[in-house]
Amino acid sequence: MRNRRWSYFFLLAGIAAFLLHDATALAGHQAEESKTRKEEGAILQFPVPPPPFTPGIFPCSECHREIKPNQKRRVLKDEHTNIVLNHAQGQRWCLDCHDAANRDKLRLVSGEKINFSESYRLCGQCHGDKFRDWKVGVHGKRSGEWNGKKEYLLCAHCHNPHDPRYKPIQPLPPPARPETIR
Amino acid sequence: MSDKETRERKIFRLSRRKALKGLAAGVGALALPGKDASASFWEAFFQKNFRELGKDDLRKVLARMEKEYSAQYGRAVKVKATPPIEGVQYGYALDLSRCIGCRRCVYGCVRENNQSRDPQIHWIRVLQMNKEKGVYLEEAEQYYNPAKVPEPGHFYMPVQCHMCKNPPCTKVCPVQATWTEKDGLVVVDYNWCIGCRYCMAACPYGARHFNWKKPGLPAAELNPDTHILGNRPRPVGVVEKCTFCIQRTRENPGRYPACVEVCPVGARKFGNLLDPESEIRYIIENKRVFIFKEDLNTQPKFFYFYAT
Repeated sequence: MRNRRWSYFFLLAGIAAFLLHDATALAGHQAEESKTRKEEGAILQFPVPPPPFTPGIFPCSECHREIKPNQKRRVLKDEHTNIVLNHAQGQRWCLDCHDAANRDKLRLVSGEKINFSESYRLCGQCHGDKFRDWKVGVHGKRSGEWNGKKEYLLCAHCHNPHDPRYKPIQPLPPPARPETIR
Repeated sequence: MSDKETRERKIFRLSRRKALKGLAAGVGALALPGKDASASFWEAFFQKNFRELGKDDLRKVLARMEKEYSAQYGRAVKVKATPPIEGVQYGYALDLSRCIGCRRCVYGCVRENNQSRDPQIHWIRVLQMNKEKGVYLEEAEQYYNPAKVPEPGHFYMPVQCHMCKNPPCTKVCPVQATWTEKDGLVVVDYNWCIGCRYCMAACPYGARHFNWKKPGLPAAELNPDTHILGNRPRPVGVVEKCTFCIQRTRENPGRYPACVEVCPVGARKFGNLLDPESEIRYIIENKRVFIFKEDLNTQPKFFYFYAT
C-alpha cells in the first residue's frame, strides 16, 4: 500500500498491548500467590508462650505409651475425672480433638496431627471468625509493640478448652465519690 | 500641726494611709519565695509555652524537671520530650461485646501515669449500662461494685479522652495550654495551664480532671519513665487527662498504652490509623463501629465496636 507507516504503527501497538496485558496479569497472579504464601507461612509462625498445661501433665505419652486407646465414647472413671467437658459435649468427646495414637498431639478434622503450641488451628476449625480476628490482632489480649512485634497468646491461655466461657471476676474498687474527696 | 510643718520639721507621723501602704508592701514581700526557694522556681515561673521552647531551652527544662522530680521522689526520674512519629495518627478502639467492667484498665492507667492517689484521680471512667436500654447515659452507673462482673443484663463502656479531631477543649483554652499534636494527640502543657477549667466544662466526655490539691503520689508507686506532656508528676492547679500513654506510644518501636496491655479480655485495641495493615483499620473496615456522642461532631479517634 501507499502509506505503510500506519500498518507498522498498528502492529507495534498490538504487540505492546499484548505484552502489557500479560505483564499485569502475571504480576497480579504473583501478588496473589505471594499473599497466600505469606498467609501460609504466618499460620505456622505465631510466636506464642508455652501452652498452659497443668504442671506435670505433659508429655502425655509418658503414661499413654503403655495404655491401649479405648475409642468408646464414655465418661472417664479412672483418670482425668476432674475434666468435665462443657464444650459441645453432646456432639464430641475427648478423642475428637486429642489424637488417640499419640496423646502429645492434637487432631484436626482432616486427620492432620498438630502440636499443642499450634492449638489455635484446632479451635479455628469451628471458630473461624474468632481465628480470623485473632490472626489480625483484634481478638484476644493485646500486648507487645503496636508498630513492631505483637505478642500473641494461645486460645487456651484465656479459654479453658474443656470449659471455654470466660468466667466472671471480681472488679477493682469503684472511684471515690467527689463528696468524699476533701 | 499642719502637713507643711510636719514636713519642715521632718517628723515621722504614721497616718492610716501610710499604715495600709506599709502593710500591703509587707504582705507582698512575704508572698515572694524566700531565700530557701531554688532558682528552679523562677525558671519555672518564666518558662515559655512548650511550643515556643527552642532545642536548648527544652533540654534545660527537661534537666531541671529531672533534677526536681528525682530530688522530690528519691528516685532517678527520666523526663522525655519525644516528638511525634511521622506518618502516624493514633486510633483507639474498644470492644463493647468483650468489656466486662473489671476496671483493670483504670488502675493500670493510674500506675503507669503517676496520677494522684490522694485526692484520687482516674483518667478512665467505666460506665455500667443496661443491655435492654443500650447507651442511655441517664441511667449509667460508674460506682457499680458487685461481687463479680459482668453483671447479667449489663454492659460496660469505659470512657477516656477521645483525642478528638475537632476538640472543644482546645478551642476554649484562654492561654493555649492545650493543643493537638501532629500525631493527633491532644496534650496539656502543665507549666502553662492556669487552671481555669474551661476545658473541663467544654469536654463532652468528662475526660479531663483537675488537681484540686497537691497530688499525693507515694514515691514507691512512681513510674520514673515520663514524658513532659504526659505522665510526669503534675503540680497543683492544673488539668490532666489521658495522653494515650505518650511516653510509650511515641517510642519506636512503640509499646501499647497501659490500658490496652492490662485489659484481661483484650477489649482494647490501638494502632496507627494511617497504616492499612493495623488492627485499628481492620476494625473500622470490618466491624460495627460507633462513635460516642457523634452528634456533637467532635470527630474522635476513639471508636467503640462490636467484635461479634
